Amino acid sequence: MRKMDVDVAVIGGGPAGLAAALAARRGGAAKVLIIERNHELGGILQQCIHHGFGLHRFKAELTGPEYAQRFINEVRETDIDVLLETMVLEVSNQRTIYAVNSREGMLEISAKAIVLAMGCRERTRGALRIPGRRPAGIFSAGTAQRYINIDGYIPGKKAVILGSGDIGLIMARRLTLEGAKVEAVVEILPYAAGLARNVVQCLEDFGIPLILQFTVIEVHGDERLEAVTIAQVDEQWKPIPGTERTIECDTLLLSVGLIPENELSNGAGVQLDPITNGPKVDDTMMTSIPGIFACGNVLHVHDLVDNVSKEAERAGSFAAQYALQQLPAAARRVKVTAGENIRYVVPHEVSLDKPVEFFMRVQKPQEDVVLDVGGLRSVKKQFVKPSEMLNITLTPEVLSQLSGDTLTVRIVSPKEAGRQ
Amino acid sequence: MIKHITCTVCPLSCEITLEIGENNEIISLTGNRCNRGKVYATKEHTAPERTLTTTVRVRGGVHPLLPVRTDQPIPKGKLKEAMLATAQLEVEAPVKMGTVIVENFLGLGVNLVASRDLERG
Repeated sequence: MRKMDVDVAVIGGGPAGLAAALAARRGGAAKVLIIERNHELGGILQQCIHHGFGLHRFKAELTGPEYAQRFINEVRETDIDVLLETMVLEVSNQRTIYAVNSREGMLEISAKAIVLAMGCRERTRGALRIPGRRPAGIFSAGTAQRYINIDGYIPGKKAVILGSGDIGLIMARRLTLEGAKVEAVVEILPYAAGLARNVVQCLEDFGIPLILQFTVIEVHGDERLEAVTIAQVDEQWKPIPGTERTIECDTLLLSVGLIPENELSNGAGVQLDPITNGPKVDDTMMTSIPGIFACGNVLHVHDLVDNVSKEAERAGSFAAQYALQQLPAAARRVKVTAGENIRYVVPHEVSLDKPVEFFMRVQKPQEDVVLDVGGLRSVKKQFVKPSEMLNITLTPEVLSQLSGDTLTVRIVSPKEAGRQ
Repeated sequence: MIKHITCTVCPLSCEITLEIGENNEIISLTGNRCNRGKVYATKEHTAPERTLTTTVRVRGGVHPLLPVRTDQPIPKGKLKEAMLATAQLEVEAPVKMGTVIVENFLGLGVNLVASRDLERG
């Protein structure tokens, strides 16, 4: 078995892994390794051929492949090692990685620090419990995206899309441009889950109906999907009898959420947050296991790749410091908790001695509110909604004013904000 | 005539209302919260444009398709014609990101360019 010793091993060569590896190398780690199971770097960005990536980071509207290519080119200019078509099987809590590929067989990699950057997976039909038979023609939206944009297959001619998240909307346009008919996008919520821009450019541009507060309650067809039955739902998301409608289609795409892929983290014994389904991390992006860091969609599902890159750079540079034994233990640690109308906050723990960018999502939409971090800093928000991640940065000067051992992030009314 | 346009410039997504006259001229424009919204809604009414992103066939590459884009937005009404034109194209691997696949695409003054490197497979 081939054995390797590295300073920082990065698991996953998507946007998070690429940015983490570059930051680790810049941070002084001499031997940095990216382990990627695909035959090329770039991760999911390679199939996201639409534009709109990189507005914050590059002040340009890049396509997914263009965004990835910029980082891949940067990695190629360094001496960062890349192992492609290599699958990590196990990560130990002593930072040993067991991986396998068809060229070398098993690999044992000892790393001084590890960055978890495995990304996420799509929720499937099983997770939704849609009754009916199991005909061909039901795909997760991302799978269909790969078929169309990379492999060159159209999954069907007449489609219904369940879920109005950005991937669902993007696929509605993509299918239409490629000549398929999209009968409707069906959304269980009373509002579109994706960006308004995508509702306009992907649905309205092509006259595709968006049916709100409806869900798919049955699929029809034996060998191949023939139709779906949709029904209106009440406030508890229960189908309302008498509102059923049947739509003929040969394809159903599911765009119903993403789940961080944490099998390796679990195996290593990394503590997970039951809300994000990703690791709990501190302000250095370190998990509950010393020397194991996490970033990107494996940590929590992001809306913007720009934020993934930024978070990953933080993980990579702290991983390098840890590998070089230059990451001092914090003198004081404070738990971060989710208060009023906050579903989760990352990071989960902070040391108050370095600047921290907090990322969070709300539970429900609200207008004219204030985002408040522990009474230390607050910002007005014209609106907040679950599908748009919020972020706010606090300096050590501000953080050090905290008394007590928890920092609560809340959404409050402008009146309450003054009364901290 | 009254026309509603959702502004897509930023996530605020202002609902802009336009009053349109008999000669298709804008009589009034309300609901925008900044000047960018006014510019967007005016453009969206007079000459809406979209960036086209799609794929073209590639010979001898690691994948059968190469993702491409127009380097500038094109008139919204030209999207279908543009898709039919890209369906006829085939390029040879390797390709570098930014390579011009079609110059002055459909005579629109924009180029169709490769949006990634594609190695030979």
